[in-house]
Amino acid sequence: MKTLSLTIDGVAVTAREGMSVLECALEAGIYIPHLCHHPDLKPVGVCRLCLVEIAGRGMTISCKTPVEEGMVVRTESPDIELARRVAVELLIVNHHADCLSCAKDGACKLQEIARHVGIEEERLQRLRRTTSTLPVDSSNPFFLRDPNRCVLCGICVRTCEEIVGASAIDYAFRGYATVISTLGNRPIVQSRCESCGECVARCPVGALVPRQERNPAREVRSICAYCGVGCGLYLGVRGNQVVRVRGAAESPVNRGRLCVKGRYGHAYIGHPERLTTPLIRRDGRFVEATWEEALDLVATRLAGYRGDQFAALTSARCTNEENYLLQKFTRAVMGTHNIDHCARL
Amino acid sequence: MTFEELERRAQHEWQALKESSVPLIQVGTATCGRSAGASAVVDALREALQKEAVPALIMEVGCIGLCFAEPLVTIHKPGRPAICYGHVNPERATQLVSEYLLKDNPLSDWALGTVGEGSVEGIPELFQIPVLKPQVRRILRNCGFIDPTNILHYVAQGGYTGLARALGMERQQIIDEIRRAGLRGRGGAGFPTWRKWQFCLEAPGEPKYVVCNADEGDPGAFMNRSLLESDPHSVLEGLLIDGYTIGAREGYIYCRAEYPLALERLHIALAQMREHGLVGENILGSGFSFDIHIKEGAGAFVCGEETALIASIEGRRGMPRPRPPFPATSGLWGRPTVINNVETLAGVSLILQKGAEWFAQYGSEKSKGTKTFALVGKVKRAGLIEVPLGITLREIVYGIGGGILGDKRFKAVQTGGPSGGCLPESLLDSPVDYESLTAAGSIMGSGGMVVMDEDTCMVDVARYFLDFTQKESCGECVPCRLGTKQMIDILTDITAGKGRVGDVELLQEVALAVKKGSLCGLGQTAPNPVLTTIRYFRDEYEAHEQGRCPSKVCKALIRYRIVPDKCKGCQICSRACPVGAISGERRQVHTIDAVKCIRCGVCLEVCPARFGAVECVTGQ
Amino acid sequence: MTNSIADIVRDARGFFVIGSNTTEQHPVIGMGIREAVKQRGAGLIVADPRRIPLTRLAAIHLQHRAGSDIALLNALMNVLIGEELYDKAFVAERTEGFAELQAAVARYTPEATADITGVAPELVRRAARLMAGLRPLALLYAMGITQHTTGHQNVLACANLQMLLGNLGVPGGGVNPLRGQNNVQGACDMGGLPNYYTGYQPVASDEARRKFEAAWGVTLGSAPGLTVVEMLNGAEEGRIRAMYILGENPMVSDPDVNHVRRSLEGLEFLVVQDVFLTETAELADVVLPGAALAEKSGTLTNTERRVQLASPAVSPPGQARQDWEIICDLAKRLQKEPPQGPFAGWDYRSPAQVMEEIAALTPIYGGVRHERLGGQGLQWPCPDLDHPGTPILHVGRFPRGLGRFVPVDWLPPAEQPDEEYPLVLTTGRVLYHYHTGSLTRRVPGLMELYPEGRVEIHPDDALKLGIVDGGVVRVSSRRGSVTARAEVTQRTQPGLVFMTFHFAESAANVLTIAALDPVAKIPEYKACAVRVEPVA
Repeated sequence: MKTLSLTIDGVAVTAREGMSVLECALEAGIYIPHLCHHPDLKPVGVCRLCLVEIAGRGMTISCKTPVEEGMVVRTESPDIELARRVAVELLIVNHHADCLSCAKDGACKLQEIARHVGIEEERLQRLRRTTSTLPVDSSNPFFLRDPNRCVLCGICVRTCEEIVGASAIDYAFRGYATVISTLGNRPIVQSRCESCGECVARCPVGALVPRQERNPAREVRSICAYCGVGCGLYLGVRGNQVVRVRGAAESPVNRGRLCVKGRYGHAYIGHPERLTTPLIRRDGRFVEATWEEALDLVATRLAGYRGDQFAALTSARCTNEENYLLQKFTRAVMGTHNIDHCARL
Repeated sequence: MTFEELERRAQHEWQALKESSVPLIQVGTATCGRSAGASAVVDALREALQKEAVPALIMEVGCIGLCFAEPLVTIHKPGRPAICYGHVNPERATQLVSEYLLKDNPLSDWALGTVGEGSVEGIPELFQIPVLKPQVRRILRNCGFIDPTNILHYVAQGGYTGLARALGMERQQIIDEIRRAGLRGRGGAGFPTWRKWQFCLEAPGEPKYVVCNADEGDPGAFMNRSLLESDPHSVLEGLLIDGYTIGAREGYIYCRAEYPLALERLHIALAQMREHGLVGENILGSGFSFDIHIKEGAGAFVCGEETALIASIEGRRGMPRPRPPFPATSGLWGRPTVINNVETLAGVSLILQKGAEWFAQYGSEKSKGTKTFALVGKVKRAGLIEVPLGITLREIVYGIGGGILGDKRFKAVQTGGPSGGCLPESLLDSPVDYESLTAAGSIMGSGGMVVMDEDTCMVDVARYFLDFTQKESCGECVPCRLGTKQMIDILTDITAGKGRVGDVELLQEVALAVKKGSLCGLGQTAPNPVLTTIRYFRDEYEAHEQGRCPSKVCKALIRYRIVPDKCKGCQICSRACPVGAISGERRQVHTIDAVKCIRCGVCLEVCPARFGAVECVTGQ
Repeated sequence: MTNSIADIVRDARGFFVIGSNTTEQHPVIGMGIREAVKQRGAGLIVADPRRIPLTRLAAIHLQHRAGSDIALLNALMNVLIGEELYDKAFVAERTEGFAELQAAVARYTPEATADITGVAPELVRRAARLMAGLRPLALLYAMGITQHTTGHQNVLACANLQMLLGNLGVPGGGVNPLRGQNNVQGACDMGGLPNYYTGYQPVASDEARRKFEAAWGVTLGSAPGLTVVEMLNGAEEGRIRAMYILGENPMVSDPDVNHVRRSLEGLEFLVVQDVFLTETAELADVVLPGAALAEKSGTLTNTERRVQLASPAVSPPGQARQDWEIICDLAKRLQKEPPQGPFAGWDYRSPAQVMEEIAALTPIYGGVRHERLGGQGLQWPCPDLDHPGTPILHVGRFPRGLGRFVPVDWLPPAEQPDEEYPLVLTTGRVLYHYHTGSLTRRVPGLMELYPEGRVEIHPDDALKLGIVDGGVVRVSSRRGSVTARAEVTQRTQPGLVFMTFHFAESAANVLTIAALDPVAKIPEYKACAVRVEPVA
């Protein structure tokens, strides 16, 4: 791939052909505020915050401007300062500013931008505040949609269109009344939404937040326990409980994506109905037993069924190692090839 | 059929019409005529003709543009010049039949003017009357004079000779011709048409598309509607030439659904083109094949913006996207696409019919040709006009428009629709061309022109226009969605007497941020009414800050009161007050309860002029 | 899969999805297909008896009748050959048996097969032409192809089509079965089959037998064992007297559940090792609590043959133990005196050590070690430690040299609708649930989104039978009957009803037939005859 040289704020940087000025700057460690840009998605240039000045061309948005050889870029100028500051101030005075009770507090892109621009209270005081009080869509058991915290960056819309392909949501209405909506503005569960949570994972603010998730204390790389796709994921753990799942971006299988079961279907792991002790049937009902009792009983009884009167079903749900061991057990210990599993079911 | 045969047939039919032994009555039944009652006039004419057994032909035509005089009826009697009558109602229509057709009394009091050779005593020549004399009618040449549902009428006026000529030319030759003519986009931005075509011609990618932008959405603007209703083929011919030149096989007309008559006439025109081999496979035997689709808009103002328009044709929500890439390289379905306005395409037809030099006869150095405007507001003669570019605002307002209604004082003229600027009296002598208007802080736009008088509050006007653009913003980009809302809120506060110190500076700051930061033309121009009213009428903002509305429009800043010396205690006002705010015994001086009063102004209206006891005051 | 998910999503110019409701069963691959179609204009052809969600994006939907796959596939090949649209160079250089194929599909003209498939001949022609123009084209299938009495022939027909189109051994092409369970591929690879040791080394092969006899220090038989359905038949007949079931739930997942219950109840001794007290565990004599995947260290092999490593995030609840340890403890109790052999023992330090043993005995896993699997894993065949894995099979040559066309003929499903059971039942899964529901039915949110099993029935049939949307219906077959709510929907076609098997209380598998493919021994879940009637 062709490498290009350009300067951003006097710093010489190199870029790969096809990159945008914004991507190039971010990669070079030069921050340009941006809200609607997401590395997984095509740029749309709607937040108008990533403004730069390009010598000979004037002010433009950097997310939609491809890098060119010899380009001279400035990320600050009076015009940029004015347009960006006013835009950010307007976003803030139209936003629910109850940051501490917002699930995105600390991870919020709007906060990040506000810190960068530097918000002055007396400037905000001059502006007219309008905080919308639209109903929160809580129809989905896994996430909330709060239009009052939405900045209309469209990342959710584009995620659903470009990444998921479900196209369950889009912009609706016009002017200040514009919202992200399902067809007919119905609750999200009545739409084409597949509850995969890809939009939730990408929402830069607190407009789309998971309902039951908590921030994990640590993360463990694992594989999804459901279908045969084998998506890579990170299990977020607090204490001895899985509290969050996120897709592993480095997995070539799913490139960070997950479906509803993979992301939200983990409540069974610590479920109260889990089997916690061996059970032995006595007089038609199960009684709890120790491992010694249970394994001794199984060994004693199975010893009487060696050969082809025994059969084992191994598991498409267990690991390779476990499957290997059970077939070894069946063949080498029990002396039969009567082993199968639900491959065909 | 060859084009020559078509021309022969057209000439034959047109001659037969002109030399007809029975009178021809043309009634302007475009949307404007109909809303003034033209349909009832047609019915009355029919009835009268039948009753009196007068043989005559009634033809529904488009709009001449004299809105102030609608409905218009033009009567061609054999051997006489045609006479155009204004303000015709059913009664007058009946009288025209009985008096003029039967008795040869031309009823010159109702006549506006004569058309054609010869003269009638007491009636001026139509094109010499003050409203028409300064105009140069080229785009509108056929409007109101041919049957828009008859392709032969258009052909008889030289129609489609431009196409026929273009089909014999190299593509580059056509573009050069357009370049020499100096035609610039009539949709508002004024981009040189030839350059757009050149980009698209050279852009890689097949197939290519041409689109006619007929999504005229400016409130008070009706140039395109009138042209499509009155002379649709002049636009369609331009679209064909456009398609041929850039190498397209398909074209779209994107017309707003709120224009049912224009759409109907387009459909008729297209069917006739198909019938005569002017659209479809192998047009006029040239080997050029081209089809035209009509796409109806769904009522979004922003769909007039070309990238939003493309999204809408593609079946997506009409939202603009940043340019570049421009549609000329990546437009409809991602293919190179030329999008031209209705009037631009009509200009293209003319250039190919009459030549670049003819087209460029009029206009200023950088703005060639003529331009249509919808002249509305507080002028005596509102209407659809066509003037050479470079004419002054004064000539338009006072010459064509006849000055201000009620001979009040001129205050401002707004050009360019809701996102244009408001220009003051001091700029009345500046020429109307792209550069001058932009320098003054306004835009040419598609041709809306709203005249305001001394009774207009400029702060309120800014708020009104901004309210429109705010509601029509697609809501996608931050500066436009939130910036226009912020400005509305501030302006609403100012007009409500709740302005704060520094609001004007804040307005300017937000306006500039919106202008510089917005994604599309809607946002980039939406602050113009605010910026120009601050620039030219800052005193009015300051007055509002001090609690005064000089034009006495903003209700929160005005009061009605009864002048004790003049009040005769007639009780007319107290009876008329809808909220019972006026009290006073008969023959006693009345008083208005300022708390109850809703500032509707009825008391002022009903107080007999000879008393003049009610006055509207503003300020402390 | 012959190919990888990544190359299909990135490089395929066309997709032919047959017998796979991808967006619901393999949602992330479904996302990839939709991305390819919507973002880069790939063409999509779907063949499915139901109007599955992917059909919304499909250029062509071939809505063939359940069980008519071979007729449809042969008709497509008939057009490709008849109109000379197939890849002549590929056929000439890389295959053999073309003449036989040509002769075999000659009578499967679109017209001749229309009565079997219910698909208009012109649509079949258009589909064939489109496929020929979209190169490379990836063929994806799932249980809609395999769960038939002609399952293995269906697969052969898919392979024939892709060889004819020259879509093998190239990125973006391939014959790509989508495997259902997270480690169904691995369970097969590991010899969890009656006829294979690990890595598909046949039980019947003397060479393989000697290798494993030496490794484990035991004597092994050379006759293959019994498959699931045969085991259950054996149990009912008394030939099988004891069973050990690890993490499976045949009481919900297997055909003809009433028969499964009789079989399991007929056993003298049943051990079930699982994480929940499943419908099957309830019949056990001893239940052993195992661990969930989030609690395990070990590898899983996905549908594209990618061996991936899972690490334990939490510990099993209560006394529940690692499944591998349970098996080893049991083995040690039964083998008081360990036999002699390099891999005869049961003292493993960790699953990683088990993998070393697997690698030593399994050529296709020869290079697989836990420490090599970080991040991206390895795709088998991976014969040695230096081998990078094999993302695409059959590049340049097939394992046997030339690819052989094996012509197949259409046969009707085992059970045909008749007057008594006039409708065809086909079964499958929905997005919000998984297999026997033992996991997903314990996730409250998923239950909220999809609370109960439904019977999808076409409005035409519903009208005839007096069934209303949301009303309770009884579905009966020769094997049993269940009740569930009806969903009257055009997703299905007239004459076809659809049910899921996630819900034990309305288990579709009470109805399904245990008719097997004679080679693959797979049951015919995708077609059996039923009767549907409203319940007052």
